[in-house]
Amino acid sequence: MGKIEWAMWANEQALASGLILLAGGIVGVAGQFRGWEFAAYAVAAGVFVCLLEYPRSKRAKGTSVERSGQYCFTVCVKAFGPLTRNYYVRAFLHAAICVPGGFMLATVLGCVCLGIASLIYLAAAIRGEHWEPILPRKDVRKPVAESIKNPPQNPPPRPPPETRRKQAKDLEGAAYDNPSSVTDD
Amino acid sequence: MLLRGSIRDNFFYTRHLLGSALAWARAPAAVLNFNCMLILLPVCRNLLSLIRGSLMCCSRTMRRQMDRNLTFHKLVAYMIALMTAIHMVAHLLNVEWYNNSRQGVYDELSTTLSDLADMENTTYLNPIRTTNLQIPLYFAFTSIAGLTGIIITLALILMITSSMEVIRRSYFEVFWYTHHLFVIFFAGLVIHGIGGIVRRQSNMEEHNFTLCKDQADDWGKIPECPNPEFEGGPAATWMWVLGPMIIYAAERLLRLIRYVQNVQYRKIVMRPSKVLELQLVKKGFKMEVGQYIFLNCPAISQLEWHPFTMTSAPEEDFFSVHIRSAGDWTDKLIEIMQKLPEGAQGPKMGVDGPFGTASEDVFDYEVSMLVGAGIGVTPFASILKSIWYRFKDNDPKLRTRKIYFYWLCRETHAFEWFADLLQLLEKEMEQRGLWDFLTYKLFLTGWDQSHADHVMVHFDEDTDVVTGLKQKTHYGRPSWDKEFEQVRRDNPASVVGMFLCGPAALANVLEKKCGKYSDVDPRRTKFYFNKENF
Repeated sequence: MGKIEWAMWANEQALASGLILLAGGIVGVAGQFRGWEFAAYAVAAGVFVCLLEYPRSKRAKGTSVERSGQYCFTVCVKAFGPLTRNYYVRAFLHAAICVPGGFMLATVLGCVCLGIASLIYLAAAIRGEHWEPILPRKDVRKPVAESIKNPPQNPPPRPPPETRRKQAKDLEGAAYDNPSSVTDD
Repeated sequence: MLLRGSIRDNFFYTRHLLGSALAWARAPAAVLNFNCMLILLPVCRNLLSLIRGSLMCCSRTMRRQMDRNLTFHKLVAYMIALMTAIHMVAHLLNVEWYNNSRQGVYDELSTTLSDLADMENTTYLNPIRTTNLQIPLYFAFTSIAGLTGIIITLALILMITSSMEVIRRSYFEVFWYTHHLFVIFFAGLVIHGIGGIVRRQSNMEEHNFTLCKDQADDWGKIPECPNPEFEGGPAATWMWVLGPMIIYAAERLLRLIRYVQNVQYRKIVMRPSKVLELQLVKKGFKMEVGQYIFLNCPAISQLEWHPFTMTSAPEEDFFSVHIRSAGDWTDKLIEIMQKLPEGAQGPKMGVDGPFGTASEDVFDYEVSMLVGAGIGVTPFASILKSIWYRFKDNDPKLRTRKIYFYWLCRETHAFEWFADLLQLLEKEMEQRGLWDFLTYKLFLTGWDQSHADHVMVHFDEDTDVVTGLKQKTHYGRPSWDKEFEQVRRDNPASVVGMFLCGPAALANVLEKKCGKYSDVDPRRTKFYFNKENF
């Protein structure tokens, strides 16, 4: 298991937890459950976690596949600099966010899932991983060869106009000898 | 079961407390029973092989469905996830409303119903029995159904997040080990319904609800309305999943047995570009063309089994695989093999299989066009060798008289062993004076200027500079129109079978061409495209 980047799995788990927290919160608020304030909190927390976790990090090794439309989110998340780059911060953040979810049945599953995601992020942080934005690569064009920059100044040599007209009408007269051999002898 | 379960009269009181949320929970439960039964079956690959073998006489369409087992497994998994979500939401509502009823928040009937079983000689309806510490959370964690429900849903979520394509493709071990949480899932699933907390009325004769529902105060005091009695339904899930659980256990046992069976190394060859060829011998092993096996090497990893297409023909007395460096496991295997002394046996290897739809149809056509793209060329090693063996032995079942083989790849790197095979076939055909049997064309789609320069310099040589074969390499993609024209010209009035192992886009193109160049007239050539999934 040497090459595993735990952060990739933590990211999937955290995104799923965000959605579950959100769903549980919606049920709690819509059903006007006992303790619906926790559910309302869970809705907000769920949305926040989803927004934070949607942009996938660039992998340290191998090709990174980004989620569709994640560019805007990448830019937002990148703007927070070390807060979002560091996985220790994320681990503690998720651990803190998940606690209020544990006070209500509708959100307890989201709480536990987010807690697990927090633990996986902690493992990732201990292994030294960090979040890298996936930004579109600017293609470096190959430097143009020198010869293109200096096109020839003069047109190629052509026989004078009289001879050219003669060539069109008189093919025999237009024939000429090649200075070097063109066959494979 | 749903209809019996929730609309019938003996659920009248239950529905009074819960409304339609009861039905919304029991319906997904029924679907979950069915899907949890199905989900284990597509991953029993030996069972599928058995079914495939017994369907040999029957339609190929049925046999080919066996190859889509993983797709089916995933679809069933999605359904389980969806149904779990609905089931959970419905039960959240149920628990909340049961809880409120117990607290007396609703009407008198609800409170009376919930109070039942607080006195002697009565049975309860509302599974929430305590009146203090009344939060749904407490009930969930102290009832069997609640606790198992939460645990198995958690297991399901962990299984799903680790099965996402990103994780599966790059960190297979995380996926594989986490997926074993299914053991917890099924264990919890079976005991989930033991508590019998979905209650129905059992004394419909003595207590008529239409008469008595408005006289909740007088229950037990007047003769027409004794207290209603309730009973819970038994757990039913085990009836659905027990069979598949046993079958799956048998499958794992079989893999264990296969693993313990002795596999001898006949030959270990390091091919160019870090390709390892293993020739193995196992007692009682029988294969068909184009099939694959799973290999397990405990020296590298105890639990991992990796699939490889076989490159040997069934006529040979061994079976071989060509393993390319493509990840942790293959890299370690190649490393181990490289360190072995000459002629020594390799590390213990477990072999499971063979699996896969046999490509028997290849032998049925007079003329075959075989197209292998990239790594898709591997099963054709097996096919070409087999065709050649059968041709030499004058096998009457072999109807093939002419083969056109098209090999498309970006570069021949890692496929030099295949070029060697073609060279060997070329030599053998020359010896027998059978020039025409096999025509092959290699198309290098990833050429650049240096390639072109190299070719120009070696233009006059007899053998191709890239592959060493007599037939020259082509650059760029083939012009299929030209190829089809040529085949049609050379083989009028023949039935031509086209077989492809490559990307779906190419399959579409070739299928259209087959249609375009086929002729209804039996005196003219007909092309049949075989959608093979090697």
